[in-house]
Amino acid sequence: MDYLLTEQQIMIRDLARKVADEKIRPIAAHYDETEEFAWDAMKAIADSDLFGVYIPEEYGGLGGGVLEMCLVAEEFSKACGAIALGFAGTGLGTMPILLSGSDEQKKKYLPDIASGKRLAAFCITEAEAGSDAGSIKTTARKEGDHYILNGTKQWITNAGEAEIYTVIAITDKTKGARGASAFVVEKGTKGMEFGKKEKKLGIRASATREVIFTDCKIPAANLISKEGAGFIVAMKTFDSSRPGVAAQAVGIAQGALDHAISYARTRIQFGQPISSFQAIQHMLADMATQTEAARALVYATARMVDSGAKGVAKESSQAKLFASDTAMKVTTDAVQIFGGYGYMREYPVEKYMRDAKITQIYEGTNQIQRNVIALCLIKESIKNK
Amino acid sequence: MNIIVCIKQVPNTTDVKIDPVTNTLIRDGVESVINPFDAYAIEEGVRLKERFGGKVTVVTMGPPQAENALKEAISLGCDEGILVSDRKFAGSDTWATSYTLSMAIKKIGAFDIVICGKQASDGDTAQVGPGISTHLDIPQVTYVKKIEEIKDNKARVERMMEEGYDIVETPLPCLFTVVKEINSPRLPSLKGMMRAKSAKILKWTADDIGADPKSIGLDGSPTRVVKIFTPPPRKGGEMLKGETSDIAKEVVELLKDVVI
Repeated sequence: MDYLLTEQQIMIRDLARKVADEKIRPIAAHYDETEEFAWDAMKAIADSDLFGVYIPEEYGGLGGGVLEMCLVAEEFSKACGAIALGFAGTGLGTMPILLSGSDEQKKKYLPDIASGKRLAAFCITEAEAGSDAGSIKTTARKEGDHYILNGTKQWITNAGEAEIYTVIAITDKTKGARGASAFVVEKGTKGMEFGKKEKKLGIRASATREVIFTDCKIPAANLISKEGAGFIVAMKTFDSSRPGVAAQAVGIAQGALDHAISYARTRIQFGQPISSFQAIQHMLADMATQTEAARALVYATARMVDSGAKGVAKESSQAKLFASDTAMKVTTDAVQIFGGYGYMREYPVEKYMRDAKITQIYEGTNQIQRNVIALCLIKESIKNK
Repeated sequence: MNIIVCIKQVPNTTDVKIDPVTNTLIRDGVESVINPFDAYAIEEGVRLKERFGGKVTVVTMGPPQAENALKEAISLGCDEGILVSDRKFAGSDTWATSYTLSMAIKKIGAFDIVICGKQASDGDTAQVGPGISTHLDIPQVTYVKKIEEIKDNKARVERMMEEGYDIVETPLPCLFTVVKEINSPRLPSLKGMMRAKSAKILKWTADDIGADPKSIGLDGSPTRVVKIFTPPPRKGGEMLKGETSDIAKEVVELLKDVVI
């Protein structure tokens, strides 16, 4: 499918593919096994300038948007959905600053993120606040020119490895969701610690840790937007970042599909390649069609977000929902085509299946995405009456 | 430090086809790329610039489409590209090519180091680098695997040998040809690619570089290729079976027949 990308977008995609093939693919299995953070891949991504594709030129980036971020996330994810998260998780952590930060905050943080010198992470989830983000307990208490943070964030992607954290905390308990605020916290700030590294089913090369704040004192200037705007900042962030998760899912699906096609052509059973059997052919055809449909939805959504359209929650949720469900199905089928070999960790496809699962869960489970979509439908219907 | 890197565009294949009539390489339908050995020369030039400051100028002699190779070199960190291109250069052998490149380098002006890949993957002669240094009358070190130090207008380098390496000290300006052990070439960066896209490649003709018409192209090439052919594929060897000790004895006997 020709998506009529610009010359620069094609350049970005092709370079991301090159970095993925030469610097990520060869190490993907190793880091999946060791669960270490792939700093060598991060360095290669930084050297290629790809960390800056979605950051404005005035802050050291290349001036692209969500579509550029998606193109890169997809290419990386074809090779390894976990290492891709070093990039995509940084995008998530950067969005609050990029979309809602002050010019001073952008000047302070974005150039280092664009150059890949510092990674970022976004901290909202807590033990008792997952889908129900409104019940977060982490607090930020204002004292003079500072805020004092207390609480524990859970399952934070890039935690421990990233240097820049955007954190949602409660500044006014009496106001519910309107009492939350967003802050930037830099690694090394006194009172900020990291919990143990989680052991996961998939995306094992991605670092997932608790971020623990104990009387963590940060300058008041680190408040993003204004007090009480935390959930608006978070929702705006998700509107722009969900296409990124969707692109990761498309990449994982495509990566598994590519393996399945080449395996089907070389695996001989009953004296012929299994790709000559219609049972396999129809599976491959469905996998390819579903993946392409997901890609089309993701790119269309990314373009809509980049156009500056207001109210993209429904489209972002649809892209994330459809692409991640597609990734789960396509990777499961890829394992099926590989048969017994597919179940073996010596072969590459079971990893894609493990990596795909998280895309249905994080940045809002797919059940939450359906809630968002349905709510938008109902609102639209009321408005149109 | 002014560094000049000489590169060549070659067919992207290890399976080069030869035209049996003209005794030249068939390039049609084969994608052109930077000679793989020259990628190490580009990387080393850029690394020297990063270590000592200065400028990297990349030069190639070739048809107009060789401009793409120069742009790629710029995307990898070179500052300027010069395409030496003229119909009059057609049919150049390694002597005429190295003469032509040396004239281009003289036109560039003052330089400290010229770097070439050890050889091109199509012709495999490894003669152009040394030829350039001879035409320029500067010292050369071939098969350089490490540039240890450059100071006081001298360079100390490691030259790869079959067993181990030589340490060679040479005054500047000089020419190095480099082997793949010297570095691991980087991938291009997006900013480099954008710089390359808008970069203006200088184009010099035979007249621009003041080349002697008798020393360029087919007329300036003393080499005559009498015949060029693809060697027949090697036949399968003989497999010896049995106990290792018996095989060892048999091998010794066979070797005696071959050697003596």
